[in-house]
Amino acid sequence: MKLTGAEIVAEVLVEQKVDTIFGFPGGALLNIYDALYHYQDKIRHIITAHEQGAAHAADGYARATGKTGVVLATSGPGATNLVTGIATAYMDSVPMVAITGNVATSMIGFDSFQEVYTAGITMPITKHNFVVHHVEKLADTLRDAFRIASTGRPGPVLVDIPKDVTAAVAEFQNQPLFVPPPFPEPDEENLRAIAALINESERPVLYFGGGVDASGAGELVRALCKKAQIPACHTIMATGVLSYGEPLDLGMIGMHGNVSSGRAVQHCDLLITVGARFSDRVATDKHNFAKGAKIVQIDIDPSEINKNVNSDLSAVGDAKHVLSRLLPLVEQREHPEWVGQIQEWKKTLDPAPADSDTKLKPYRIISTIARLAGEDAIIVTDVGQHQMWAAQFCRRTKPRSFLTSGGLGTMGYGLGAAIGAKIACPDRTVVHITGDGCFHMNLNELCTAVTYNIPTVTVVLNNNVLGMVREWQTYFYGRRYSCTDLDRKTDYVKLAEAFGAKGWHAETPAEFEKALSDALAAGGPCVIECSIDRDENVYPMIPAGATIDEVIVD
Amino acid sequence: MEKHVLSVLVQNNPGVLARISSLFGRRNFNIYSITAAITNDPMITRITMVVDGDEETLQQIIKQTQKLEETIEVYPLSQAKSLHRDLLLVKIGVGEDQRCKVIEICQVYEAKIVDLSVSSMIIELTGTPDKIDRFLLMIQHYTMMEMCRTGVTALERG
Repeated sequence: MKLTGAEIVAEVLVEQKVDTIFGFPGGALLNIYDALYHYQDKIRHIITAHEQGAAHAADGYARATGKTGVVLATSGPGATNLVTGIATAYMDSVPMVAITGNVATSMIGFDSFQEVYTAGITMPITKHNFVVHHVEKLADTLRDAFRIASTGRPGPVLVDIPKDVTAAVAEFQNQPLFVPPPFPEPDEENLRAIAALINESERPVLYFGGGVDASGAGELVRALCKKAQIPACHTIMATGVLSYGEPLDLGMIGMHGNVSSGRAVQHCDLLITVGARFSDRVATDKHNFAKGAKIVQIDIDPSEINKNVNSDLSAVGDAKHVLSRLLPLVEQREHPEWVGQIQEWKKTLDPAPADSDTKLKPYRIISTIARLAGEDAIIVTDVGQHQMWAAQFCRRTKPRSFLTSGGLGTMGYGLGAAIGAKIACPDRTVVHITGDGCFHMNLNELCTAVTYNIPTVTVVLNNNVLGMVREWQTYFYGRRYSCTDLDRKTDYVKLAEAFGAKGWHAETPAEFEKALSDALAAGGPCVIECSIDRDENVYPMIPAGATIDEVIVD
Repeated sequence: MEKHVLSVLVQNNPGVLARISSLFGRRNFNIYSITAAITNDPMITRITMVVDGDEETLQQIIKQTQKLEETIEVYPLSQAKSLHRDLLLVKIGVGEDQRCKVIEICQVYEAKIVDLSVSSMIIELTGTPDKIDRFLLMIQHYTMMEMCRTGVTALERG
């Protein structure tokens, strides 16, 4: 059948099983939005307050489900407003397709109104991007975009479509969905060598990251831990993969991870790395990370092997697939001495978080959220101290239930992502944990939550400062608090109400518990402001570039 | 830093060179020279790059370049197993009195004089980068008015 480019966009979205997209209209998108008008029953379009919010919503949608998130933005400022959202998804390997309009082909290059070189701007922050010059190539280009975004190491792909291409007509035929080819079998010899290292190891540690979540390898990670009794630590990206409280779960590793995790990695004789990339927030001093240990790295992206830390053996492949082949080669083992030593470290090295019944402490806020929102809830964070507290205390026990900007560290990520996650998973509770600094960046998206009645609960840990930066100023800049004391006069309750949401203010644990119970039952978007002390710090903290030996615990 | 020659076969799409250079910029890889042109298959462009870096950096460069969607193949071309060629065009200011000496050097190096005027000449020389470096040393005493080199292009032997 003959269709316009705009109709082809809509048809391919339907073909790719996309039922929800996030976006914001504009001149270059008029044809596409006209087509979407006719596809309203098949494609739900969520208009956000700002394109950045739409990008984060598509990202939250993708992280919560594993499906590819779709965002639509117009040319020029519409496209540039996506940039932070795309880069956020890129750094955390989130499957996303961003579709941008652009000025007509004949107008490109003349500094036309709302013209920007979107492909150039987004080149380094996308897995790949396309400019579609001919309507005949539009359908296949969009299909390629979905294929690239979701296969291998996932990531965002951008398709830029000039306006005339959306108006031009071409023959269109539906295609069957792309079926990824089976994963190549990992080299048997190599796997045997890896298994031998595991079987011989006396002090093994498993270190896993977002790749485990992406490939759905959580069960296999758990099985490997149990079979060979391997204590396991995880990056912030893999929060919830191992159930909280499992005996072999060391918790988070890294700058704000458990001291016991850091010690375990420091003293292990074998580090088995799965779907993690030795980022500078984990391997704070990459030359001394797991220094005495042999290192095995399993990753789907060959460029991650030996990028930050050199491995002795490696396997390139999907985590789930490789682990499924590795597991039968691994012998049942026990390491009572090693596990005992780690238990001892857990007891002696990991400080109990500060708590109080009268004053609101970060630990109390997060653990109350974890308890009241329940095991099934999705926690979405922004970036900073609250993010670290959330990661430390949120006790997630399921994959895809802790959404956070781990790599890019995008302040303002949370609200949009929470909206996307709630739309993707309407039956799951979604709590957005944020700070006063982050919340002010993109709180405009409250209007989106209210308009579509998306019951996200936002908990603002308000310390009136940019806490994480201030914490660094405390330790490394002689308490010279340059531009981090915000002291904004925002009335969060009135703000929430002005948007049409519900608002609470809590000063004590009891007030917070009451407010959160009410908010979770409210059935609409809610904001709870929690007053906390500006001198609350995130402990433990390994200074940038240092090792676990230099950890700050109070 | 050690120099390595890389042959990169990519899809001949608009912007592909920008994509490669964007990657190099982002990853802080250093390009010493770069040449690009289509191959016998018009759908494929061959980019020949000389890059700086130790072995670990080289491996990252290869892997990161390989990761680009439009990259078909990336492989290093060692001096021993491949032919490296660089093209030099140099305009030197020489009058009648010095012309013969320059022609003599050109003959030894099998360089061609492709343009001659009363006060200048343009010399063309193709060869390994080393040979071109040596030739440039030989003519450094003359007034070098303008110079350009293409950078290395290379093919595997056999």
